[in-house]
Amino acid sequence: MINKRANNRMMTRLSIFAAGMFGFGFLLVPFYEKICEVTGVNNLIKPAVAVVNTQVDVSRWVSMEFDANAHGLNWEFKPVQRTMKVHPGEMVQVEYDVTNKGDRATVGQAIPSYGPNHAGPFVRKLECFCFKQQLLQAGETKRMPVQFVLDGGLPADLNTITLSYTFFEVQGASLKPTKADGVNS
Amino acid sequence: MEAVNTHADHGHHDRGHDDHDHKPTGLKRWLMSTNHKDIGTMYLWFSFFMFIVGGIMALVIRSELFQPGLQIVKPEFFNSMTTYHGLIMVFGAIMPAFVGFANWLIPMQIGAADMAFPRMNNLSFWLLPPAAFLLIGAQFAPGGGAGVGWTLYAPLSTQAGPAMDLTIFAIHILGMSSIMGSINIITTLLNMRAPGMALMKMPMFCWTWLITAYLLVAVMPVLAGAVTMTLTDRHFGTHFFNAAGGGDPVLYQHIFWFFGHPEVYIIAIPAFGVVSQVIPAFSRKPLFGYASMVYATASIAILSFMVWAHHMYTAGMPVQAQLYFMYATVLIAVPTGVKVFNWVATMWRGSLTFETPMLFAIGFLFLFTLGGFTGLVLSITPVDVQLHDTYYVVAHFHYVMVAGALFSAFAGIYFWLPKWTGRMYDEKLGRIHFWLSLVFFNLTFFVQHFLGLAGMPRRIPDYALQFAEFNAISSVGAFGFGFSQLLFLYIVIKTITSGEKAPDRPWEGADSLEWTHLPSPAPFHSFVEPPVIK
Repeated sequence: MINKRANNRMMTRLSIFAAGMFGFGFLLVPFYEKICEVTGVNNLIKPAVAVVNTQVDVSRWVSMEFDANAHGLNWEFKPVQRTMKVHPGEMVQVEYDVTNKGDRATVGQAIPSYGPNHAGPFVRKLECFCFKQQLLQAGETKRMPVQFVLDGGLPADLNTITLSYTFFEVQGASLKPTKADGVNS
Repeated sequence: MEAVNTHADHGHHDRGHDDHDHKPTGLKRWLMSTNHKDIGTMYLWFSFFMFIVGGIMALVIRSELFQPGLQIVKPEFFNSMTTYHGLIMVFGAIMPAFVGFANWLIPMQIGAADMAFPRMNNLSFWLLPPAAFLLIGAQFAPGGGAGVGWTLYAPLSTQAGPAMDLTIFAIHILGMSSIMGSINIITTLLNMRAPGMALMKMPMFCWTWLITAYLLVAVMPVLAGAVTMTLTDRHFGTHFFNAAGGGDPVLYQHIFWFFGHPEVYIIAIPAFGVVSQVIPAFSRKPLFGYASMVYATASIAILSFMVWAHHMYTAGMPVQAQLYFMYATVLIAVPTGVKVFNWVATMWRGSLTFETPMLFAIGFLFLFTLGGFTGLVLSITPVDVQLHDTYYVVAHFHYVMVAGALFSAFAGIYFWLPKWTGRMYDEKLGRIHFWLSLVFFNLTFFVQHFLGLAGMPRRIPDYALQFAEFNAISSVGAFGFGFSQLLFLYIVIKTITSGEKAPDRPWEGADSLEWTHLPSPAPFHSFVEPPVIK
């Protein structure tokens, strides 16, 4: 029972299907981004929506710990203040110092992470250097602010939150100083 | 095709035809083979070789874990061993073994002369050795093998040494081989059946391969895409998985497991097929609930696309998503249960005998079901959060991969060896091989459940002192299991060289075409003229 034409037609169809599935793998990338955007998961380097209830809960202290790391690039990066006690609902501003110790201009992107992880959604960053890529000339030092409010809905058992930033190098980013502050991620 | 035509001109009947079968000789016979039986043989030998390589890697792991502390290997090498043990066993041993079965059996079981695309079949096989060469050669790359785990998770894989690139290319090649093999199998099954061989009359093994081949065509390209993204992230400045560039490493896990969960069934479903041939033959009854078996297999395949995130409950997911993936996963137990009950019902009131293939099939039935149950335990999100990345998971998937897929492959090899070689294996040695495998398998993996429940993490070369006894038992079991497989090699070689002559139909309950219509050994060219099927 050999019908070469039918076999070849079947092979063509299946090959197209396989090629389509290869494309589908890449289609998962924008699809995943869209899902994260819609559900608000992974909203790490975008400003949070302003807090609705701005009442400061003075009855409660939460200690914030600030941590800073640089991964794969020769930057010195540290918080000005390492710990701080804050009330939920209070507007807080902290600063970080970063110095490019290397001998070439580099663009970096800071990625925040939280300990414990589920505290993340309650730390609402209104202003952050992590919203933009940062260009540092060789030897340049910058002081960069982070402004955040702890959401009043923070679970009662969370008394200590670590906010940790890691700078990664953005390879292939524009090194023109004019765009230094405007490079959007 | 040429060979087929010349033989059709002869107009001979198949029986006794092998006398003037002219087959190519020497190295050419194998390098340029377009014969489904020779290619099947090569697949099976290749997979056995890779099984030994992957097994040696497993024994390196178990030697290091025999005692707490670091004794034998460096942690980097240990990580590389866990990685390549997994990759080689999955892509080099189990998958090619079942493709070997498919090549040997599908044309004979549906009454076709050969596979639909014999030359592509040759290419599918000969892509495997270069891929194996890359996987084994990766150990000698600067910095050693990539210790990233067989799942090749980002960001570790985007930062690993040059061995990672070799591994990625190996996966590309293996993927191409599997896709071509699957296209061949689907076309053969859909277009080349003998007249009268309706789809719902096909032996169960053919059905399971039809479904598996569709799974492969659907998901191997997705894996190829995932590793391509890893490759471009590594070398071409893309940011698919690089958080700094706006990517997300968790995305890799989603894409990988979109491939990875169907992959689990790509391994398990052909094993179901083999067992569905063996159990009826030794129960001397037709398979109970044939149609429900077909539908259950198809439902398992469809459901397998909808449950991938149960591998990543701890990666961070909204609770609603966790609930969905939990319920969907539990749902798979229903069609799987149908299959298990059908096998048991096939044996019910059958006139059972317990030759080696049947022993392995029953071993499969018990132990695969046990692995299925631990899978159900792991599918429950709150339990999984506790057990994620512990030895409980290792025990679970070795019950389905080793006692499931591998035992079923052993059952199949003992079952069809008389048809393939024309000689009987040594029944006594076969039974010894079964009992050694069964005992040592459980010695190795059963205790790992306890280790996992007690919190021992996987993929770490050292462990806390309280895990010492169970690890020692597990390592003893692993060496026993490994050496038992040398007995298997001896049995197969003994069968080929000096086995007793096998009758055409050594198992009276076996009723598919290769038993009823072909002599043993099956001639080089079979069913040149399609058989008549009632």
